[in-house]
Amino acid sequence: MNQIINFLGENIQMIYIIILSVFVGVEVIGKVPAVLHTPLMSGANAIHGVVIVGAIIVMLNTPAENILALALGFVAVVFGTLNVVGGFAVTDRMLEMFKKKK
Amino acid sequence: MEIKYILDIIYLVASVTFVLGLKMLSHPDSARKGNLYAAFGMTLAIIGTILLYNHADGYTTREPIKIILILAAIGVGTVAGWLTASKVQMTKMPELVSLFNGMGGACAAIIGLMEYEHNLGKTGALATIIAGLIIGSVSFSGSVIAFLKLNETMKKPIRIPKYNILNTVVMIALVLFGTYIVYDQPEHLFLVVLLFVFALVYGVLFVIPIGGADMPVVISLLNSFTGLAAAFGGFLYQNQVMLTGGILVGSAGTILTLAMCKAMNRPLSNVIFGAFGGGAATGTAANINGSIKDISISDTAILMNYAKKVVIVPGYGLAVAQAQHVIHELELLLEERGVEVVYAIHPVAGRMPGHMNVLLAESNVSYDKLVEMEDINPQFANTDVVLVVGANDVVNPAAKTDPSSPIFGMPILDVENATNIIVNKRSMNAGYAGIDNLLFYQPKTSMLFGDAKGVLSKLVSELKQM
Repeated sequence: MNQIINFLGENIQMIYIIILSVFVGVEVIGKVPAVLHTPLMSGANAIHGVVIVGAIIVMLNTPAENILALALGFVAVVFGTLNVVGGFAVTDRMLEMFKKKK
Repeated sequence: MEIKYILDIIYLVASVTFVLGLKMLSHPDSARKGNLYAAFGMTLAIIGTILLYNHADGYTTREPIKIILILAAIGVGTVAGWLTASKVQMTKMPELVSLFNGMGGACAAIIGLMEYEHNLGKTGALATIIAGLIIGSVSFSGSVIAFLKLNETMKKPIRIPKYNILNTVVMIALVLFGTYIVYDQPEHLFLVVLLFVFALVYGVLFVIPIGGADMPVVISLLNSFTGLAAAFGGFLYQNQVMLTGGILVGSAGTILTLAMCKAMNRPLSNVIFGAFGGGAATGTAANINGSIKDISISDTAILMNYAKKVVIVPGYGLAVAQAQHVIHELELLLEERGVEVVYAIHPVAGRMPGHMNVLLAESNVSYDKLVEMEDINPQFANTDVVLVVGANDVVNPAAKTDPSSPIFGMPILDVENATNIIVNKRSMNAGYAGIDNLLFYQPKTSMLFGDAKGVLSKLVSELKQM
């Protein structure tokens, strides 16, 4: 019990961010038309590519001699970039076609 | 002025672009800009991290070799990601989203593997790491299976006996194993790697019994999983942009998943645990009476030429046959002759909600010709001809009449109210959900067998001669 309270207390700001972000996420998506479900999913997919920031941090914190760790980190950064670049690019491609034509 | 503050401000800006981007993505007019905003914020966050990030305890070093490796990795990812995204056919998009989602999950899992040793002794941090590792791995292997299923490399849902019980047992074991590692904190990485493998196996088990028609829901769910995994990473590093980005996607993805389930009128639990298709098909087979009626291409052409209003119901079969362009040609031709033509878009037409809109937009079909289900349903009564191309389950009246049908309760397009119904199908095979369709046996319905693209092209040339 003590441990849990300490954990929550030490991270209270993070927990605020989490809770508020949950509400923002729900609100922002609330009234999306079905037409946009696929681009929205794809766009959200690109946004969680932000995990790449973590992969970069891991690499920056790894000593340059630790080849194995650097190699793993390299793979993680490639994966993260694929998620980000591919995600945004494919979303853009979808949305490009939604221009109104008359 | 501290460098850390600059990075914090960059992260703040990036977080705001994510929220704004998601918000704008939910309106047709601003969607494209929203995506670009978010991409811009992401770029800022990445560059800022490379240049400015420093660990509080001074672990961070910037040897040239590391920077080169990071940039090289980003280069490889960018080229590969860009090429795949710009080359892929629009019909293959759901697969691609699934694949990119898996990449994010794998990235999160690797971070977990690498951070474990640095955080021994800190129970809170380890719990975060293990949670991120498990969720990331499940999301990765699950996405790969979803990719293979959509790809049709893996065609049939694979039935493992008592898979519900098996899955639950594996899931509980996974959680217990993770908890054990957090408490016991083994110094050797072996157990953590074992956990990683175990989580991968669970991801496979989780997705494998689910039918192809439900894959979009699964992808959306795994999408929010990856968001969560990213958020755990953010928690670990006290990194606000990862936290906001991850949680935003986690919650937005959950809402989107539920919205998709609602469009199919099935609770999420039913998608995950309920077996779809297979044995359920037998219920309807018994009470089919009536017979199938064929119609020739020239008769179809005549019928359409003299109609006042034609409604096209496109399904995924249209996209598979690459017939989006021909159908647009048909639409223009009929409009030229004074026939009113619109498309009826079921919320789950295609393989993802909104997928059909994307596919038709690709062949230049005007946005306002696409009419959503609630708006088109009352119009069927004064429609002369309905042309169903490659759609099946979304026009199956069993959804309204047969409580034993697996799609019972799903809102459908009321095409049976129209004067004539013409259904183009390749054969009499059942739809994606694997169930029979009574619509085909109704007296008003005629079947136009053949590959959508071939049949439609012939229809167009037949019409031109009239």
